[in-house]
Amino acid sequence: MKFQHLTILAAVFILGPVLLTSPGCKPKNIGSAVEGDAAGKTYVAPGKYDEFYNIVSGGFNGQISVYGIPSGRMLRIIPVFSQFAENGWGYSEETKPMLNTSHGFVPWDDSHHIALSTTKGEHDGRWAFVNGNNTPRIARISLSTFRTEEIIEIPNSSGNHSSPFLTENSEYAIAGTRFSYPMDNDGANPDVSINSYKENFKGTVSFIGINPESGRMNVAFQLILPGVNFDLSRAGKGKSRDWFFFSCYNTEQANTLLEVNASQKDKDFIMAVNWKKCEELVKAGKGQKQKVRYAHNVYDDKVHSATSTIETEVIVLDPKQFIDQGLVYFMPCPKSPHGCDTDPTGSYIVGSGKLAAVIPVFSFDKIQKAIADKNYEGMYDGLPVLKYDAVLHGEVKRPGLGPLHTEFDGKGFAYTSFFVSSEIVKWNIETLEVVDRVPTYYSIGHLSIPGGPTAKPHGKYVIAYNKITKDRYLPTGPELTQSAQMYDISGDKMKLLLDFPTVGEPHYAEAIPASLVSPKSVKMFKIEENQHPYAAKGEKEAKVVREGKKVHVYMTSIRSHFAPDNIEGVKMGDEVYFHVTNLEQDWDVPHGFAVKGSNNAEILIMPGETCTLKWVPDRVGVIPVYCTDFCSALHQEMQGYVRVSPAGSNVPLKWSTGETPEAGLPSK
Amino acid sequence: MKFQTLFLMFSGALFLIGLGQCTASTTNESTTSTSSASADPGQAAVKDDESQKDVVKVAVGSPDHTTLVAAVKAADLVDDLSNAGPFTVFAPTNAAFDLLPDGTVESLLKPENKSKLEEILQYHVAVGVYKSEALRDGQIIGMAYSGNVKIAVKDGKVTVNGANILASVPASNGIVHVIDKVLLPE
Repeated sequence: MKFQHLTILAAVFILGPVLLTSPGCKPKNIGSAVEGDAAGKTYVAPGKYDEFYNIVSGGFNGQISVYGIPSGRMLRIIPVFSQFAENGWGYSEETKPMLNTSHGFVPWDDSHHIALSTTKGEHDGRWAFVNGNNTPRIARISLSTFRTEEIIEIPNSSGNHSSPFLTENSEYAIAGTRFSYPMDNDGANPDVSINSYKENFKGTVSFIGINPESGRMNVAFQLILPGVNFDLSRAGKGKSRDWFFFSCYNTEQANTLLEVNASQKDKDFIMAVNWKKCEELVKAGKGQKQKVRYAHNVYDDKVHSATSTIETEVIVLDPKQFIDQGLVYFMPCPKSPHGCDTDPTGSYIVGSGKLAAVIPVFSFDKIQKAIADKNYEGMYDGLPVLKYDAVLHGEVKRPGLGPLHTEFDGKGFAYTSFFVSSEIVKWNIETLEVVDRVPTYYSIGHLSIPGGPTAKPHGKYVIAYNKITKDRYLPTGPELTQSAQMYDISGDKMKLLLDFPTVGEPHYAEAIPASLVSPKSVKMFKIEENQHPYAAKGEKEAKVVREGKKVHVYMTSIRSHFAPDNIEGVKMGDEVYFHVTNLEQDWDVPHGFAVKGSNNAEILIMPGETCTLKWVPDRVGVIPVYCTDFCSALHQEMQGYVRVSPAGSNVPLKWSTGETPEAGLPSK
Repeated sequence: MKFQTLFLMFSGALFLIGLGQCTASTTNESTTSTSSASADPGQAAVKDDESQKDVVKVAVGSPDHTTLVAAVKAADLVDDLSNAGPFTVFAPTNAAFDLLPDGTVESLLKPENKSKLEEILQYHVAVGVYKSEALRDGQIIGMAYSGNVKIAVKDGKVTVNGANILASVPASNGIVHVIDKVLLPE
């Protein structure tokens, strides 16, 4: 009976909009821009899974968020560069080192671009990388645990925007400076006039090596480059795999009012770097060692803890000293290029000048010929500039206003986002003809096709990450969610399917088929593999140990109690470390832990894991602690007390669970 | 039957709608609205080979508890007992059920006696983890339904309403105490 009703209702639901939009089918306004089958194409029935994971940068929230596609449902927020009170990231003793830098503890960043690891240019589902823009960093996130495993600071860099894009086999992640700035050979920032930009300011791009087995990163080498702003970048693929391409703006080398002063020239540059040759020179010892200071932070799943190491050396290569080897070439590109994207075949490089009236498409074959012919139009700061016409495949004419980024569908088409004209434009890579355009709501920044930057795009959808939301959702005061929009690209024409709200301010995102990720997802940590030095791997190991003013509580949690749950003998002036081990070996049974008045967050402990909350009591009395994650029917019973006595008190240190016979638990 | 017919009609309607549209798309994605409206299976159906076994899986894994497992299934309690709990389950063996008067089990397993079966089975479950060492002489434990049981400890032997605890097996969501008699509510 029930089923019948539902079916009929569903049929009416599907039919309704079709009847309304037929027979014209020409959308007249936003209200009718969505066609009748949009709901069906994005609906994922209860209990069913999305086809793609969408890994989305969080922008100014310093995080990553994960959405299912095509539903747009949010699945998870992964804290990366920012403290996350929700689970204690950056608050627990184990994770604080992850946010260490050469500037000390920096609990926030601005995460812009996602790069998913690739093998032979195709998604392999192992890691996500994301850049920290403000205090230059790159993070590596495991796609098995969906946790940040490693953060490396980038020395000789300011504003790590042109990052963390990967070479074809994830040999390197890239890190190009947005700000050029004065840098010394001793890791210091020299005290010079800001007006001395042309004389003293330099840019760098860093190649961050990635261990193919463990994913561990290292700053392999840096190129020291003219003082310009590096904006975005992409590695070549296939025949161009040995090359990396970077958009460069402010080739005017302005140090003030860039809005005006960095928009003077008709053309800035796309920079082409032969990274393979750079690597060979570095391996041959041709680089110079520089003194620097940068933090390298690694989280280890076995000890459930991070370590932070300050590294002090980097290898720098100056391409001007290797002109004959041909490491770096500039290609003129109109008006402050932003996006710099390579097509799936690696044959074409698309430069998107924010202020340009055309989209230039460069040909890798022509670049190689121009280099062989030394077809230069001149030099820029000692490095060759190739002739525009000699390297150009062609220009997309009148594409729109304010081109930013380009993704690919693997069927010979490119999709470029236009901020000013607020649209996505589809064009043919070979013929350069515009074949379709759709409005976005409003003012699109990045766009993303699943697999769009890889050698083998998965296609199906393009997602717009818009910068302006205004009236797209119910208003929530002056601060609004950022709006994403998804379009069906399976046919000749793009079709709007879905708006979905996001957290933070997403910049770039990459979607990956769920089949490449979900089978490897970790359900829990094995308690017998827990090597945390303060783990209590059973209630018999629960104890409290005083070391001078430090009190270490080896605590366990399991449905539905802590051991110990009564602690006495803590005194004012003590630092108390609650090392809580979750003894559960059951999927999705975390326990939380919080202390009244703690100048800290909670900790959320996954099954088999140990986390530590530091607490400095601020007053005498009996202080409650409790489980913050609704774990069981007796979750509200999962609590305890810590007695804090005056500094000089002789209350002995003692701990227990269930000491009162009526409680139904054994006494110690 | 009805379900099939309606489903076909529904698919057909969708197909016709597709033809009528200006756009090229006539297909319906696998994830979409044609999916069945039947109820999703409960927590017991979660595919998970990694977690420690819950109280239901412990019982299912025991050859001495086939009657209990059949009864739990008949009473639709499998999903409940796969919940986060925590539970203490007093699990009578097959031999314990055999001690009941002839025909009792067969009768309880009949659909019309489901509610009676539920009452009896829920009298074997307490919410909370009562480990063996936590059980004391004279202790009263409130069961999920049908009232209290009484624990007795004599010469180190623990009984619940007179039934002996033969063994205790920890589970992810609690503990299973194997007993040699079926507990019958007062």
